[in-house]
Amino acid sequence: MSIDLKTTYLGLPLKHPLIMGASPLVDQLSTVRELEEVGAAAIVMHSLFEEQIIAGVEGAEAHIHSHEDAFGEATSYFTSSADYALGADIYLDRIAEIKEAVSIPVIGSLNGRTPSGWTDFAADIESAGADALELNLYFQPSESETSPDELEAEAAGIVESVCNKISIPVAVKISPFFTSVPHFVRRLEKAGAKAVVLFNRFYQPDIDIENLETCPTLRLSNSDELLLRLRWLAILRDRFSLNLSCSGGVHTAEDAIKAIMAGADTVQLVSTILRNGPLRLTTMLREMTRWLEEYEYKTIDDARGSMSYRKTPNPEAIERANYLKILQSWKP
Amino acid sequence: MKDPAYSIHDANEAVASVAYRLSETIAIYPITPSSPMAEHCDEWSNAGKRNLWQIVPEVSQMQSEGGVAGAIHGSLQAGTLSTTFTASQGLLLMIPNLYKIAGELTPFCLHVTARSLATHALSIFGDHSDVMACRQTGFALLASNSVQEAQDLAAIAHAATLKSRIPFLHFFDGFRTSHEINTYKLLTDSDLRDLIPLDAVNSFRSRGLTPDAPVLRGTAQNPDVFFQAREASNPYYDELPGIVEDTMEVFHRITGRSYQLFDYVGDPDAERVLILMGSGAETAEETSAWLNKQGEKTGVLKVRLFRPFSVKRFLQALPSTVQRIAVLDRTKEPGAIGEPLYQDILSALAEGRSDPDATAPHDPIVVGGRYGLGSKEFTPAMVKAVFDNLAAERPKNHFTVGIEDDVTHLSIPVGETLDIEPSDAIRAVFLGLGSDGTVGANKNSIKIIGSETDDYAQAYFVYDSKKSGAMTVSHLRFGPQPIRAPYLISNAGFVGCHQFSFIDRFDVLSHAGEGAVFLLNSPHGPDQIWDRLPRETQTAIFEKNIQFYVIDAYKVAREANMGNRINTIMQTCFFAISGVLPREEAILKIKSAIEKTYGKKGRPIVEKNFEAVDRSLANLYEVEIPSTGTTSVRELLPPVPSEAPDFVQRVTGVMLAGKGDLLPVSAFPPDGTWPTSTSRWEKRGIAPAIPIWDADLCIQCGKCSLVCPHAAIRAKIYPESEKDSLPSSFRSTAYRSKEVEDFLFTIQTAPEDCTGCNLCVTVCPAKDRKNPGRKAINMTPLESVIDEERENYKVFLDLPDPDTTMLKLDTKSSQLRKPLFEYSGACAGCGETPYIKLLTQLMGDRLVIANATGCSSIYGGNLPTTPYTVDANGRGPAWANSLFEDNAEFGYGIRFGIDKKADMAREFLGMLGGTLGDDRVRMLLTSPQTNDLEIRAQRERVVDLKRALIDLPDPRATALRGLADFLVKKSVWCIGGDGWAYDIGFGGLDHVLASGKNINILVLDTEVYSNTGGQASKSTPIGAVAKFTAGGKERGKKDLGLIAMSYGHIYVASVALGAKDKQTLEALAEADAYEGPSLIIAYSHCVAHGYNLNFGMDQQRKAVQSGYWPLFRYDPSKAQTGENPLQLDSGAPRIPLREYTENEVRFRMLFQSNPDRAKALHKTAEENLLRRIENYTRLAENGTQL
Repeated sequence: MSIDLKTTYLGLPLKHPLIMGASPLVDQLSTVRELEEVGAAAIVMHSLFEEQIIAGVEGAEAHIHSHEDAFGEATSYFTSSADYALGADIYLDRIAEIKEAVSIPVIGSLNGRTPSGWTDFAADIESAGADALELNLYFQPSESETSPDELEAEAAGIVESVCNKISIPVAVKISPFFTSVPHFVRRLEKAGAKAVVLFNRFYQPDIDIENLETCPTLRLSNSDELLLRLRWLAILRDRFSLNLSCSGGVHTAEDAIKAIMAGADTVQLVSTILRNGPLRLTTMLREMTRWLEEYEYKTIDDARGSMSYRKTPNPEAIERANYLKILQSWKP
Repeated sequence: MKDPAYSIHDANEAVASVAYRLSETIAIYPITPSSPMAEHCDEWSNAGKRNLWQIVPEVSQMQSEGGVAGAIHGSLQAGTLSTTFTASQGLLLMIPNLYKIAGELTPFCLHVTARSLATHALSIFGDHSDVMACRQTGFALLASNSVQEAQDLAAIAHAATLKSRIPFLHFFDGFRTSHEINTYKLLTDSDLRDLIPLDAVNSFRSRGLTPDAPVLRGTAQNPDVFFQAREASNPYYDELPGIVEDTMEVFHRITGRSYQLFDYVGDPDAERVLILMGSGAETAEETSAWLNKQGEKTGVLKVRLFRPFSVKRFLQALPSTVQRIAVLDRTKEPGAIGEPLYQDILSALAEGRSDPDATAPHDPIVVGGRYGLGSKEFTPAMVKAVFDNLAAERPKNHFTVGIEDDVTHLSIPVGETLDIEPSDAIRAVFLGLGSDGTVGANKNSIKIIGSETDDYAQAYFVYDSKKSGAMTVSHLRFGPQPIRAPYLISNAGFVGCHQFSFIDRFDVLSHAGEGAVFLLNSPHGPDQIWDRLPRETQTAIFEKNIQFYVIDAYKVAREANMGNRINTIMQTCFFAISGVLPREEAILKIKSAIEKTYGKKGRPIVEKNFEAVDRSLANLYEVEIPSTGTTSVRELLPPVPSEAPDFVQRVTGVMLAGKGDLLPVSAFPPDGTWPTSTSRWEKRGIAPAIPIWDADLCIQCGKCSLVCPHAAIRAKIYPESEKDSLPSSFRSTAYRSKEVEDFLFTIQTAPEDCTGCNLCVTVCPAKDRKNPGRKAINMTPLESVIDEERENYKVFLDLPDPDTTMLKLDTKSSQLRKPLFEYSGACAGCGETPYIKLLTQLMGDRLVIANATGCSSIYGGNLPTTPYTVDANGRGPAWANSLFEDNAEFGYGIRFGIDKKADMAREFLGMLGGTLGDDRVRMLLTSPQTNDLEIRAQRERVVDLKRALIDLPDPRATALRGLADFLVKKSVWCIGGDGWAYDIGFGGLDHVLASGKNINILVLDTEVYSNTGGQASKSTPIGAVAKFTAGGKERGKKDLGLIAMSYGHIYVASVALGAKDKQTLEALAEADAYEGPSLIIAYSHCVAHGYNLNFGMDQQRKAVQSGYWPLFRYDPSKAQTGENPLQLDSGAPRIPLREYTENEVRFRMLFQSNPDRAKALHKTAEENLLRRIENYTRLAENGTQL
């Protein structure tokens, strides 16, 4: 018997809930095609970072253009396409190329820095042909004078202005570090978001004590990180009608099933694909299907949200009681 | 908005567009000033742009112009429409093939940016020396005089070559036309289609070699037939002038623009006529018209088709009234009766007179003259001078114009500046620094006016010879009439001085005309600036009735978060006050241009620039000129200090002041020999911030000094006894050393020679552990320390240099040796110069350098000043540059000669042994010279020998005295870049290495042709984007080291200073010591890699750690003791290749623009890298022989 895995996310009909999350893999057209072939239901582009675009432009000014037109024999040192390569054009062109290359939905992703950066690039991404847009709300508050409410209001304002500017559906990828995640998600929903993505992973630099330097680190996720997502998916699922997407910590079919049961509409895969290659997606999909069939689910919707806060047989485990229990049971 | 049929570019782009559209195969090689044509074609081909037949032309780079000519000859034989571009020495390298291509009647068009040939010196600038060297090849020579003509005649040449089968050399003036931006009417594809004879294309294609219809070309012919066969092509040449005329007529019908083989312009009854070719003809035509308006009867004959020379058409074009002719040649042929055009005109007139059918033959007085060599200005005043000469009772023949010849007195006098330009033309001159974006902003302004208004526009840019802190002068003209003024602006209506420091060094208002607007970027506001101006400037403001504005552009830039980029700000001010456009309209257009440039980069960048525009207007002030007259007591700073030697005062100083044009012929050495040690007199003060030493934190490693590209931060040790004489501001600390005691140590910056590149600070390993942001050297604003540091540096230089014989050979000690290469004009952060500097520190007093043309010959030998200097004994590197392609052979020859001199000295010594004493002779002949101590001892022996020889009457003793210094070891080094070593000079390099001669070769490997702007060489790595490989380099770099090692007798080292300085140091010393050929391949970071060069040494380290640049030494002498000659000096790769490549735009570009291809090439690069390392490791472990 075959199971119906059809999923709707951001108004887009998907053949199943496993989608390729934002990663550098989509930089290569060949990989994008491969991802479609192995069965990805949709692709989230890697984020267009406004900061990076600005840094690219400023870097080009400082390290390419400042050497130009200074010496008669060499009025430039790069082909005229250098600017193009460092700007946003390539990202936008890439969306169009990917749209051309694959038939699955393509979701743009944007990390802005300034109000106009958010809205203008969002419009550019829409014009480039993206089916939806994921706003990667990543900010690192370092000012002690800015209150949480101001930050949230600013973020919601950005989402609202983007939603007003473009007509494709908007998802918002948030961090878990809000005093009240449900409250903030409510603000986002009011602002026009059609989905939230739980969660983005914070960049956490390390310190080299020998050379006295701060060192960037990049660590892929593991299944442990899923637990944080499951908790909030379960809590948000019953309170909101907007879509939920789980991003971070999904490495196995079991992980995916858990996320869906907690309430995720879609599950984004990144680290496991980076580690194991695109075929991993096929394996996970097969194993997930087999499991659902084994337990005689007819549609994925039957499983979706089945372990949400309201539906789980032991909701207290999600809440404070579990916290107390675990603490008290801990022995050195 | 201008008619879209018009465009605004330089001639290089205009010509390339035509050549590209009419070609199928394009072979290229970089050479100034033609490189941009090749670059355009490569970029267009990479972008898939199609030609007239909807095919994407194939562009292929060769190893030299000789290679290009061979490749083109072949592709023409294969029957494909081919083109190429070149100039100067490149054209000379093509000559053998030009004969072949012409001899085989092959349609082909070669576009040449006419440039000087290297004689007493190299010049990258324009004249016709190169083209004139080709007039006997059988090519048709067609001259264009302007951007419009260059485009048009390019098309006519392509069409006529197909019709006639005679190949064309189409030329236009290097820089003056090739780099002049001007408004011109575009040739559309449809125009070209109507012009190009398809049947001729088809028959050309059908003549291509194919085994399906085999023929044979390139036979060898014997005396019985060669002559007749050579004459067999005559009809083609006879018909050519007619074919060109017909083509010009067709062109006229298509475009409305008319050309003749000889275009006569001027009074139809002219008595005095000037004949010339090239951009000077434009000036001559305009001046003649102006003179005729004053009532004179003059004319100008513009020669377009110089070969074949149609005597008939020439005579027809010349007005019958002509009585006197001046023929101007932009070339020099020493020893000839006259220059080529002059001789041809005389011959043509003589033929006319000999023609029995001629009814009224011309019989004018003809004089010839030279003008404009090496882009010397050719102005209306000079044209008038030539006409005036013709009007003289006895016109001077074989004259020169534009210079003062006080030696052979050939020059004719030139009067005051003659302003013949229309009154509605706007002229503007801008003085800026290369790095401040002035030229870029002016290019932008030209585009705005040229494309968005009905005005015509022209721009020409003058650069100085430095690669860092270079001054640029932009000359812009706008107006309702086409602009035909290929000379610099003298009576500008607007002068913008974008750097305040210029005001004290140059007469900035010398360019200004009456009533001009003067805009100064000044840290002093409108109320303070007047008193800050030098006397000369104040006087000029009064005399020329100048309107004066100031803006503190750097302040505005800072406030608008623009860093140091003042381009938009100064551009805004120009538009606001020059009156070139109504102010509001101009500002709107600037903003729209900003939108266009930065729109895709995001609103904030656009807004930041908008803010800069608005702030500019708010901070722009008119200065009220006081009624008191000139009050300033400030004089312009002397270009060199008064203690500089006489020659530097008289010649170098004048050149530094920007007045080299005024120097007479007698000022110059006639053979191109110049003194070294002159860069020290040029104090530029271009660094905004300089490194200041913190003695307490310093660990005395010497790395800051080692990596400094300009020898502007130095280390010294000196006896503690000096301490009392040092001023209190002078920093010193105890020298940490096991070898010497009681010495002090100082690191000192040369504040006015530092370029502020930051390399030293980045490389400094000594951090303050309490505050790791602080190091043992820290960048400090120049302004705050300049006076004190200037004094400190003087004190530092006056301290005695340590005795080199007591110094060990390690990094730290190497930096205590005086560098004999200092303050060059290399780029800030240059990766090449630290190697040269180190070489001079180790053996500068016995060093002879043969330098290949390229960056190192420019920063090493481009006037006004030269960086090679001398030690306290007056010894230092002797340096010479021959060509680009022959440097290994040139150095070989120097070695050859020096060895012979040493041999002769030894022979004479042997002969005089009885007189001089056997012991003395034996010691001189057999003493080792392996270190400084031994060399010093040998020098002392030579001094003693010379003394002993003084009184000997034997002529052999006299000879030996002249040769005795060659008994001291000399180190001969060939230095050059990868363009030389891997490509154009590889054949010679290979031969010289194979020869076994004791010659050292230092390859400063930047992996591109840096000097000409970053074109790919065979050293360019796979996956890197460079000019000529716009789509990313397909193949890996050549392993030059492995090739050299395969001989077995060559010392080979691969070094990277930033990765392992000790290994570099040892390699240089070992190469010198090795009695055979040595090759050192030195990783050199470069601005063409696209990153902040203060991380240059970090990148070198990453290159080595990733295995990209393995360090090794192959010492054949080890084999004699049974050791493995190959020693790997770097370990197995420790970091992924990507960690190295991702920091550089050259690699990143492809990952951005074509990730699939980038990834594939990167994978191959990784595989190649591993294979190479494996191979090296295997050789180092197992094999003594490769």
